[in-house]
Amino acid sequence: MQVPILKQGSYLIASIQSSLTDSDLCQLRDALVGQVGRFRARGVIIDVTPLDVMDSFAVRTLRDLAHMTRLRGSETVIVGIQPEVAFAMVQLGLTLRGISTALDLEEGLAFLDSRTDEAHGRD
Amino acid sequence: MAAKEERSVWGGAARPVERSQPASESTATLLRELVAHLRQQRTVLREEWARRITEARLLTAMTEEEVFAEATSVYDNYVEALETGTFEALQAYARDLSERIIPRGVETHEVVGIVLLLRDVLARSLFAKYREDFAKLDRILDAYEPAANSIANTVAVGFVQERERVIRQQQEAIRELSTPVLQVRERLLILPIIGVIDPQRARQLTEQLLQAIRTNRAKVVVIDITGVAAMDKAVANHLVQTVEASRLLGATVIVTGLSPEIAQTLVTIGVDLSEMATVGDLQGGIEEAERLLGYQVSDIKEVSQKS
Repeated sequence: MQVPILKQGSYLIASIQSSLTDSDLCQLRDALVGQVGRFRARGVIIDVTPLDVMDSFAVRTLRDLAHMTRLRGSETVIVGIQPEVAFAMVQLGLTLRGISTALDLEEGLAFLDSRTDEAHGRD
Repeated sequence: MAAKEERSVWGGAARPVERSQPASESTATLLRELVAHLRQQRTVLREEWARRITEARLLTAMTEEEVFAEATSVYDNYVEALETGTFEALQAYARDLSERIIPRGVETHEVVGIVLLLRDVLARSLFAKYREDFAKLDRILDAYEPAANSIANTVAVGFVQERERVIRQQQEAIRELSTPVLQVRERLLILPIIGVIDPQRARQLTEQLLQAIRTNRAKVVVIDITGVAAMDKAVANHLVQTVEASRLLGATVIVTGLSPEIAQTLVTIGVDLSEMATVGDLQGGIEEAERLLGYQVSDIKEVSQKS
């Protein structure tokens, strides 16, 4: 199941629709890292609302994805983690350290806006 | 026949009663005689017992009159249980008594102590009465001891059960009162934690907080643990996990009100606190949270003077 990637202004939004296999995740990672450059995106939002499980592979892939996009000049924020999923993750020690998270898509957009504003301010 | 029935009531602890005695002196007869004696001596023995309770410094939470009143009713119930061989009434009385005296701080050892004292007082009076006839004393004690022990057992167990029930009830109450998650401003929640945190409560707390973050769309949460007296490693780790989980929902957690003891414990047991934002007190925590949310609180007078 492929994850649709939408372009919204200078952001890319990957909206996960159903549970993903490991290869789906890798595909998503590769697609996003590629498209960040092509669309000159300043930020990436990954919406994981439908996921009711986050295993270590998923967490690692998302973390790698965030680091890779950052290297290519774009901030990644993961949105829509369910409360139960969040608690299960920390109990398993999967804490997404160093990766930005937000409550939902709206929050994610607001977060990226504030981040890019800061960046503009520095320019 | 009657002897057999009686023995089954008193349980296996009874020593063989019909060693050498005539059939007319069954346990039941002996107990009847015993009960008659105890009824007759009621006033003296009761006073003696109350005196010994005071002497042994038991039931210090109660006044002397109260001790005497309770002693009277315990005495009567005791004799009745000896007479009938059934413990239901005594059990009910013990439960009722426990209910009354537990809130006053009466301890288990005191209750066990007074029942054993009563047993001793009564045994002494039996010695005094039958000292001429040793064989008879022996038989009387054979009948009396298992019954007295069962009574002591019943009362003690009744008391402990009542105590446990009270404890369970209080735990329930604590759990219900446990954890309000309050919104102080748009997108700012506070979670004041008061009392002992056990793993179960910690878990419930986290679940409530995460749900509240979602429903209130909170950006910042202030967890105030001023009211928490102590914290062990498991609970500290749980707190760190709660902070992490909240962050995954996009909320920043500020922990406030760590007491010196808790701060010491946390550092000594080596919980990783690097990810945790802490502020001294609740006021500071809320100010910090407002700063994070971009609020600015200012004095109305000053603002109007400036403009």
